[in-house]
Amino acid sequence: MFAEASTVAHEALSSGWFLEHAFLIPVIPAVAFALIIFFGKKLPMKGSELGVLSMVASLVFSVGAALQWINRVNGATEEQYIDPVIRSWTWWNSGGFEFGIGQHIDGLSLTILVVVAFISSLVQIYSLEYLRGDRRYTHFFASLTLFSAGMLNMVVAENMIQLILGWEIMGLCSFMLIGHWWEEGANSRAALKAFFTTRTGDIGLLVGTSVLFFSANSWTQENLGVSGFSIRGLSAWALTGDPSHAAITVGAVALFIACIGKSGQFPLHTWLPDAMAGPTPVSSLLHSSTMVVAGVFLVARLYPVFFEGMNIFGSGVNLITLIGGITIVIAAALAFVQTDIKKVLAYSTVSQLGYMMMGLGAGAWMPAVFHIFTHAFFKACLFLAAGSISHSASHHSFEMKKDMGGLRKFMPITFTTWIISTLALCGVFPFAGFFSKDEIIDNVGHNGYQVFMVVGLVGAFLTAAYMTRATYLTFFGEPRGASAGESHDDHDTHDAHDSHASHGPHESNLLITVPLMILATLALGAGLFNATPFGESWERMTKWVEPRSVVVEDMDHAAVGETRGVRAEEAPVGEEPHAAEGENGAHAKSVCGTSTPEKGTCYAPQLQHAPFKWSKAAMSVIIVLVGMLISWLISVQMYTKKAGFFVGLTGRNKLLALGYRFLVNKYYLDHLYEKVIVHGIAHPIAKAAYWVNQNILDGIVNGAGLVARRVAGWVYRNVDQRVVDGAVNGSGAVARGTGNALRPVQSGKVSQYGALLFAAAAVAGLVLIMVNT
Amino acid sequence: MLVNQFLILAAVLFCIGVYGVIARRNAVMVLMSIELILNSVNINFLAFALRNGSVDGHVFALYIIAVAAAEVGVGLALVLLVYRNRKSIALDELSEMKG
Amino acid sequence: MVAQNIAFGIIAVIMVVGALRVVTVNNVVHAALWLVLVLAGAAAQYILLAAEFVAVTQVLVYIGAVMVLFLFGTMLTRAQLGKEKQLNNPTWYFGIPASLLLLGVMILALTSSFGDEKLPTDSELVSTQAISDQIFGPYLLPFWALSFVLLAAVIGAIVLARKD
Repeated sequence: MFAEASTVAHEALSSGWFLEHAFLIPVIPAVAFALIIFFGKKLPMKGSELGVLSMVASLVFSVGAALQWINRVNGATEEQYIDPVIRSWTWWNSGGFEFGIGQHIDGLSLTILVVVAFISSLVQIYSLEYLRGDRRYTHFFASLTLFSAGMLNMVVAENMIQLILGWEIMGLCSFMLIGHWWEEGANSRAALKAFFTTRTGDIGLLVGTSVLFFSANSWTQENLGVSGFSIRGLSAWALTGDPSHAAITVGAVALFIACIGKSGQFPLHTWLPDAMAGPTPVSSLLHSSTMVVAGVFLVARLYPVFFEGMNIFGSGVNLITLIGGITIVIAAALAFVQTDIKKVLAYSTVSQLGYMMMGLGAGAWMPAVFHIFTHAFFKACLFLAAGSISHSASHHSFEMKKDMGGLRKFMPITFTTWIISTLALCGVFPFAGFFSKDEIIDNVGHNGYQVFMVVGLVGAFLTAAYMTRATYLTFFGEPRGASAGESHDDHDTHDAHDSHASHGPHESNLLITVPLMILATLALGAGLFNATPFGESWERMTKWVEPRSVVVEDMDHAAVGETRGVRAEEAPVGEEPHAAEGENGAHAKSVCGTSTPEKGTCYAPQLQHAPFKWSKAAMSVIIVLVGMLISWLISVQMYTKKAGFFVGLTGRNKLLALGYRFLVNKYYLDHLYEKVIVHGIAHPIAKAAYWVNQNILDGIVNGAGLVARRVAGWVYRNVDQRVVDGAVNGSGAVARGTGNALRPVQSGKVSQYGALLFAAAAVAGLVLIMVNT
Repeated sequence: MLVNQFLILAAVLFCIGVYGVIARRNAVMVLMSIELILNSVNINFLAFALRNGSVDGHVFALYIIAVAAAEVGVGLALVLLVYRNRKSIALDELSEMKG
Repeated sequence: MVAQNIAFGIIAVIMVVGALRVVTVNNVVHAALWLVLVLAGAAAQYILLAAEFVAVTQVLVYIGAVMVLFLFGTMLTRAQLGKEKQLNNPTWYFGIPASLLLLGVMILALTSSFGDEKLPTDSELVSTQAISDQIFGPYLLPFWALSFVLLAAVIGAIVLARKD
């Protein structure tokens, strides 16, 4: 037995150059950023070529590392713990504390690395065309590249300090990019709002990191030889059962507050829709697919801490699932009342992030991480499609009601990619979203969070409905406003690239459509990376990415910090001392996460996987389809009237359009065009619904539409505007009141301030003395 | 020597400095009072360095001296600027921050 | 030990008196000179505390450089060189209760926590080498930060005081 175990132990984990040098992935864009800033304006393409090249290089490195990681996993035995490739150097040293910098490469970080590098590359290529002629073209690419460097750095981070560094770089770049067109007041206000809102959450990050450091440092130093900032150390520490419950709970809650801010979760989600003021590529990269998943990534990264701190398997509800669940429903409801296509997508992003959080909170680690993966592709695609519309068809407007409609004829590629991504987002069967979202819902229910499973299904229903509405308004009906050729005079701010949009709607050029097509292909096919329904051999991501919760019987890692990635001679023994036959066969049950390992260290809690059932999947797909159908009917009823009205005016007689506007027979036109359009849309169900029972169905549909609209409007007005903003305004009012009361004290005389300050310090000191004695 | 004799001397100097900061009207005088406060802190650092037998206190005393020099430099530059703009360095006339 | 205590007492009295004169005297230049006395006294106390290097630095930096700066500042702002009645705020008396309260609290805290504790008498002077080992060893980062602060102060002072 022992001999066998030791042969297993000495089966070296394979490694490779890319894995060993993964720390270069964030370094490349960082260097490119410096070059763009200093020399960008002198280069032939104003520095954009450096940005694109650095991202492509990062992508190559990431993919190389990912392939080598897959080799590493395939070369290991089933029961072996796959050591992450960790390298660490001393960054700085102060007063006896050592702060490291390095890399912590495992399946999770590689997944995100590939996604970020990939989406960044495509978005930079897309921006070449989208921002052509912009006055701050070079700075845009510099910020975008720095953002990627920050995100990649956060993902490879070996310890919390490095992670915070990347996190804050992202916050800064987000600010710069949202406010890219800062000449418009709204944009710079949105940038400030985003910055301050996320900063509010970031306080939690600092507090949480400090709390965890001071609780964990002595244990990690003693047992693993790493500092209490180390992600590996914290993961192991959290699962020992050693830490006090209070410390780990406080740490986890504080960190989660940071995640709420960054990932736009419920109370702090208000910045994300406003952030759409930035250029569309920014919305696509930062505020949908990559930066906003930073919070989700942090939870997934320090999962053992949250697992223990939030007591994930021991309760029917915890903070993470609660926040995630609330976010899903609130954001989805808000998406109904938006007329700006980017805002619909923004609320959709918020809602999808809620899914990821809820999944993580309920122990569905793998589905949540997989949802990050798939969501990145289809959401980036949706945003880029919206950008393509505004760029080439709607004259830089994002108003669906005013300036879009009927675009499917003019923009076939954009339309097709949009439809594919929408289906993926809604979670229709063969598309990517199905495999991740359905898994989240499934596993949440399986792990004992039945209420949240229902929330997830409601969310899926709402998602299908609002995406159908947006699709209808954008691509169906007849062109309105700018897409119909009406020109706007009110936006001469980015006039540099207005010239080519003035010929009416047309398809965008290849720099825009090629990224769209690539992303749409992935939105279609990315689900196959972890296609649970097709059996275990298809669960590749689970095999490659999910950390194995094996008790590693190797407490003697004194040299972890210095060792190279390949640690063949000390590769931990994947032995399973408490082996019990696992229900899934492949994953034997380990004690990690449920009780204290007697000897050895755990790095990941034992998770459960819900067995896949076609019946459940069919149910959720049916819910989605019903949502689409209902929404379609409502959309036809609610928007064709307006569409008909506008088309009637412009289509019949342009000269008379204005004069006829308020004439009595507009109702006649309404009626006519309603019929024409309902006939014209080759949608048999819509047709059937219309003909079968005009009155009853109309009544129901209109009623339902009205109710849905009212509810959404109410939520928007009351919860979003009144409660959240009210809380903000209220605190402002309180501050003002106190300020007025204290106004006589504020004489403006520095000396009196000083007297008050010191007297107050003396009183505070007195209080401290009395408390302590 | 008692630890406290140094600490209390430092406390007395500190409070005199605080009084100066509050009472003085002339900006240069306020800066001088701040120097008193900084020196009292240094005495504390060195007293504790001796008590604990560690060198850290010396290091920080030196840092404080350096920071104080920088502070006086910038402070006097500010005073000069204020003087140039208002022909006065009386702090009670600088009440633009009045609420 | 008696000699040291006597030295401490004399210097302490000089310092307290000097400090009181700094904050009460009605002449800026006189105040600066009293401040020199206090700073020199502080340097002497540092020597009593076995801190030779810090004492020397105190003399060089404070009495040498900072005081010259103060005198220049006095001169450039054309403060009256003689007596001046407007040196105190109209509300100067606020300072008395605030500082006395602070003093009371601090003395209370100090006596209750250190009581009669004595300083070690057999300690040697701290060598400059030991200090530099600390500065360029574990406290290197604050040293860098400090260099940065000084640089910023130099640039800031130039920018602020420049006439244009």
